[in-house]
Amino acid sequence: MSPEQIVYLTFILMLAIFLGFELIAKVPATLHTPLMSGSNAISGITLVGALVSAGAEHSAMATWLGAAAVTLATINVVGGYLVTDRMLAMFKKKATGGKA
Amino acid sequence: MNAAIVINFAYIISALAFIIGLKMLGSPASARKGNLISAVAMLLAIAVTLFDKQIISFEWIVGSMLLGTVIGVLAARLVAMTSMPEMVALFNGFGGAASLLVGWAALYDGVTTPFIASTIVLSILIGGVTLSGSMIAWAKLSEKMPGRAITFTGQAVVNGLIVITLVLNAVWFVQVPEAESIHLYAVIAIALVFGIMLVIPIGGADMPVVISLLNSYSGLAACAAGFVLNNNLLIVSGALVGASGIILTNIMCRAMNRSLANVLFSGFKAVKKSTT
Repeated sequence: MSPEQIVYLTFILMLAIFLGFELIAKVPATLHTPLMSGSNAISGITLVGALVSAGAEHSAMATWLGAAAVTLATINVVGGYLVTDRMLAMFKKKATGGKA
Repeated sequence: MNAAIVINFAYIISALAFIIGLKMLGSPASARKGNLISAVAMLLAIAVTLFDKQIISFEWIVGSMLLGTVIGVLAARLVAMTSMPEMVALFNGFGGAASLLVGWAALYDGVTTPFIASTIVLSILIGGVTLSGSMIAWAKLSEKMPGRAITFTGQAVVNGLIVITLVLNAVWFVQVPEAESIHLYAVIAIALVFGIMLVIPIGGADMPVVISLLNSYSGLAACAAGFVLNNNLLIVSGALVGASGIILTNIMCRAMNRSLANVLFSGFKAVKKSTT
């Protein structure tokens, strides 16, 4: 990786961190857990990296590590989004139930 | 060349959708839709990554993804509503473990500059801490182990020694970054121990805050893995989760009228109080 690339990636990193800070400003307490769960699912993005490790055939060991990473990250992504959706579905029902 | 451009363009769309999804998750009316948008973004990212020209065999990918999907769906469907937080902790631990493994696997690519070696160490370190810390959080919340704060005399000294050996091994590894380096195994093992040590002194009611913090760590681990693989999307999404996770952790602490330091170290204070 060239120094220019490092600077460029660090630049992206810095902007993304500030964006992350600004995104979550005023969140009602009821949404804390779903938000945590939803962003947890996003952190499963490491799956994208795992796919390359598992499919590149650099060596048997790398393939094994990559395949394990793909399995774990897929659980994180699939489970994370489904659990978040379940929580939010309950949240909605409760709200309408309160009105009626 | 062409495939790379298409993939990166799709990554931009994914990143944008993650940002919009996170924003929408922050307000009750749009939260569910926001989660859906972010899930679609993830699907897009995964789908276009499969066109990466580095990927030459798909058997392992298909098998592992199927296995992961089945486990993920079953876990998310079968878990009782009341045990959602520990499920999130468990998923989060898996995400951290994945980043650890991605960093480790990258060592087998061959060429490793000191910069890449440092980011590999970071993704292994943060991923390992996230994994074991989340497992402890899960065990505490599901009452597989006592939920109270576990402290012992000299804990601070032990933690200090752990950090020192961790740093030394990390530095040694970066000097000679080889896949079968003894220092690499040491970093993995010590990172796992460190994750346990970070979470055991924290007691029951503070667990959600710790899970939120660990969630932020798993984002940072993905971000480090992004530097290892030179992948923009991993860096952006990882940093988003890392930063928003820290802010959310802070908000949760404030809701309990406490500071983050107070939550993380209150276990030690209890020891001091009981000895004086």
